[in-house]
Amino acid sequence: MIVFDGVEKRFGDHVVLKELSFSVAPGEHVTLIGPSGSGKTTILRLLMTLEKVDAGTISVGGRYLSHIERGGTLVPADEKHSREVRKKIGMVFQQFNLFPNMTVRGNLIEAPTRVLGLSKDEANVRAQDLLDLVGLGEKIDAHPTQLSGGQQQRVAIARALAMRPDVLLLDEVTSALDPELVAGVLKLLRDIGESTDITILCVTHEMGFARDFSDRVMMFDGGRVIEDAPPGKLFTDPDHQRTRDFLQAVLNH
Amino acid sequence: MNVWDWNFAAEILPALLNGLRVTVIATVLGSVIAFALGLVLAVLGRGPRPVRIVVRGLVEFIRSTPLLVQIYFLYFVLPGFGIVLGALTIGVLALGVHYATYTSEVYRAGIEAVPRGQWEAATALSLPRGRVWTGVVLPQAIPRVLPALGNYVISMFKETPLLIGIGVLDIVGQARQVGGENFRYVEAYTLAGLLFLLLSYPAALAVRRLERRRAVR
Amino acid sequence: MENLGTFLSVLSEGLPETLTATIGGIALTIVLSLVAGLALLSPSKTVRVISRIYVEGLRGTSEVVQLFWIFFVLPVLVGFQIVPIWAGVLVLGLNHGAYGAEIVRGAVQSVPRAQYEGAIALGLSPAQRMRRVILPQAVVEMLPPFNNLFIQLLKSTAILSFVSVNEITRQAQQVLVPRFNPQAFEIFMLLLVIYLVLSLIITAVMRFLERVAAARVGRRPSAEARRQAAGAGVA
Ligand SMILES: Nc1ncnc2c1ncn2[C@@H]1O[C@H](COP(=O)(O)OP(=O)(O)O)[C@@H](O)[C@H]1O
Ligand SMILES: [Mg+2]
Repeated sequence: MIVFDGVEKRFGDHVVLKELSFSVAPGEHVTLIGPSGSGKTTILRLLMTLEKVDAGTISVGGRYLSHIERGGTLVPADEKHSREVRKKIGMVFQQFNLFPNMTVRGNLIEAPTRVLGLSKDEANVRAQDLLDLVGLGEKIDAHPTQLSGGQQQRVAIARALAMRPDVLLLDEVTSALDPELVAGVLKLLRDIGESTDITILCVTHEMGFARDFSDRVMMFDGGRVIEDAPPGKLFTDPDHQRTRDFLQAVLNH
Repeated sequence: MNVWDWNFAAEILPALLNGLRVTVIATVLGSVIAFALGLVLAVLGRGPRPVRIVVRGLVEFIRSTPLLVQIYFLYFVLPGFGIVLGALTIGVLALGVHYATYTSEVYRAGIEAVPRGQWEAATALSLPRGRVWTGVVLPQAIPRVLPALGNYVISMFKETPLLIGIGVLDIVGQARQVGGENFRYVEAYTLAGLLFLLLSYPAALAVRRLERRRAVR
Repeated sequence: MENLGTFLSVLSEGLPETLTATIGGIALTIVLSLVAGLALLSPSKTVRVISRIYVEGLRGTSEVVQLFWIFFVLPVLVGFQIVPIWAGVLVLGLNHGAYGAEIVRGAVQSVPRAQYEGAIALGLSPAQRMRRVILPQAVVEMLPPFNNLFIQLLKSTAILSFVSVNEITRQAQQVLVPRFNPQAFEIFMLLLVIYLVLSLIITAVMRFLERVAAARVGRRPSAEARRQAAGAGVA
């Protein structure tokens, strides 16, 4: 479903990702862990085309993200191509990024009506269903600022799902929440993981969640994958000292 | 007849430059009044309640009404009180007073940006009221507001042509005169516009640089 | 005071011209501010440069010169005379639109990057991002400085008296003062009060719009933003 092939990403002179290659199968749930600054967010932002690769290629569902094939060679793609590929990818941000100039309903129907071309009625039905799913059915006409952080994040998840994405990117979606609100959001994500076949790429520091949610965990350090294993193995018997140290530090914080 | 006549342009340039001299003089003198009076208004605006209300009301009134009307006001009303002044003097007064209401806002913002702790420290040292202003508050507030004051000098420069309403021969007054005498306005007003741009654009760039320098510090 | 009625009626004969110039000027200002302000942020360098030249050119020269230029020079170049009041609306709009463009640019840039990214992640097109997500939020920031700008524009309508538009300042100076010279004080005070009332009306309308716009993004109108606008001042 997702293929990174020799990806390199620099910010100025600072090389964040080098020669990064990995793939994710359709429907797979993959969690990225690793110390802060190791490039986890950058990977998700590359997939969302919020950043551009400096070398290598990324493909999703068999299509290159920021290249098109022309006469056997790859050439950089234009904005229109990116927009086409983006339709299949959804992202939930650490800071929610709800649009404050719209109600909850507005946030949920905006892209389905304007990007997918759904009718207002269809989009409204979809919005109501998703809000019921995330447990906020009665908040449809509320304003994002009237909601708690946990509620805002659940709306943001519903907003991403309203696009019926094939791939969902979750970047530390509980990090900005008060501790008592974290469990509710994680439970919602588990439910979504079980009831859909969306491919999910997730960055989190909630190791308990990572453990029972993921099919695979990738440990990042210094812009490389240093360990890639099922959670049962990686959390109990990691191959690398670096992974052990990191898990120690996270679990004992 | 050509639209643009270089010879005519050269012929009228000295008169325009003469007018520019008047424009610059009015701007400089007007700025001096605006800087000084604005500071007085800003300080009074923090005074006892009755003073504060009167000062703020006056500032609001002058800011919200046209400078041109204020120029006419002084020009036609002052002689009735036995005060007879030249047109340029009246113009400078009007510019100074009008812009003092802007600069007073600038000073006010600058004064409010001085942290409370500075006032409290000065009070704790029992500094006399006057010294708190001159020794502690204003030396911190004024450097901060210099770019904003600079912008108002440039604005005033561009508004001095309003003085033609009472017959001052500034650059636009000269342009109007030489244009009218020859029934040719293209060169006169185009040159006048260019001369404005020539002075005000570099000045604006300088102020922006000053702003950026302050922003990074 | 016995002539107060006469003063009022003569001045009010100038009101239609003053109001036409103000409202027409504001309408043109809004259009030009948005067009030029967004052009300043265009990905195309050519578009940015053209807009920059407009903004700096109009801000760098005097409004009175611009008025005379359009009134006396433009007819020579294009071959026909513009009706004075429309020349006035044109100059007021062009001049204040240049200041407004910077307001629009600043406000659009003040919308957090995360909002762009949220819109990109939903697959909105660049135009949809701007119109549906960014501008509605930027408008909240724009309104307080636009209030100042519109009051500046109202004050500027007085210069139309230089090109014989019979607006209220010209009514006072050309009609009333010659007839009632000893009462110049009363005449001009009355005139100033009329301008004050008009500017209070503009402020009342803008405050109302601020509340509406702020409510739409779930905020209270920020007194701070308005104060900053007053301190920065555009003149
Ligand atoms: N826009 C940017 N400009 C410069 N450096 C950046 C930018 N975004 C991320 N970085 C750098 O890239 C590295 C990886 O960042 P990130 O992907 O956010 O890490 P993580 O999410 O694993 O904490 C960090 O060193 C960060 O400072
Ligand atoms: Mg991160």
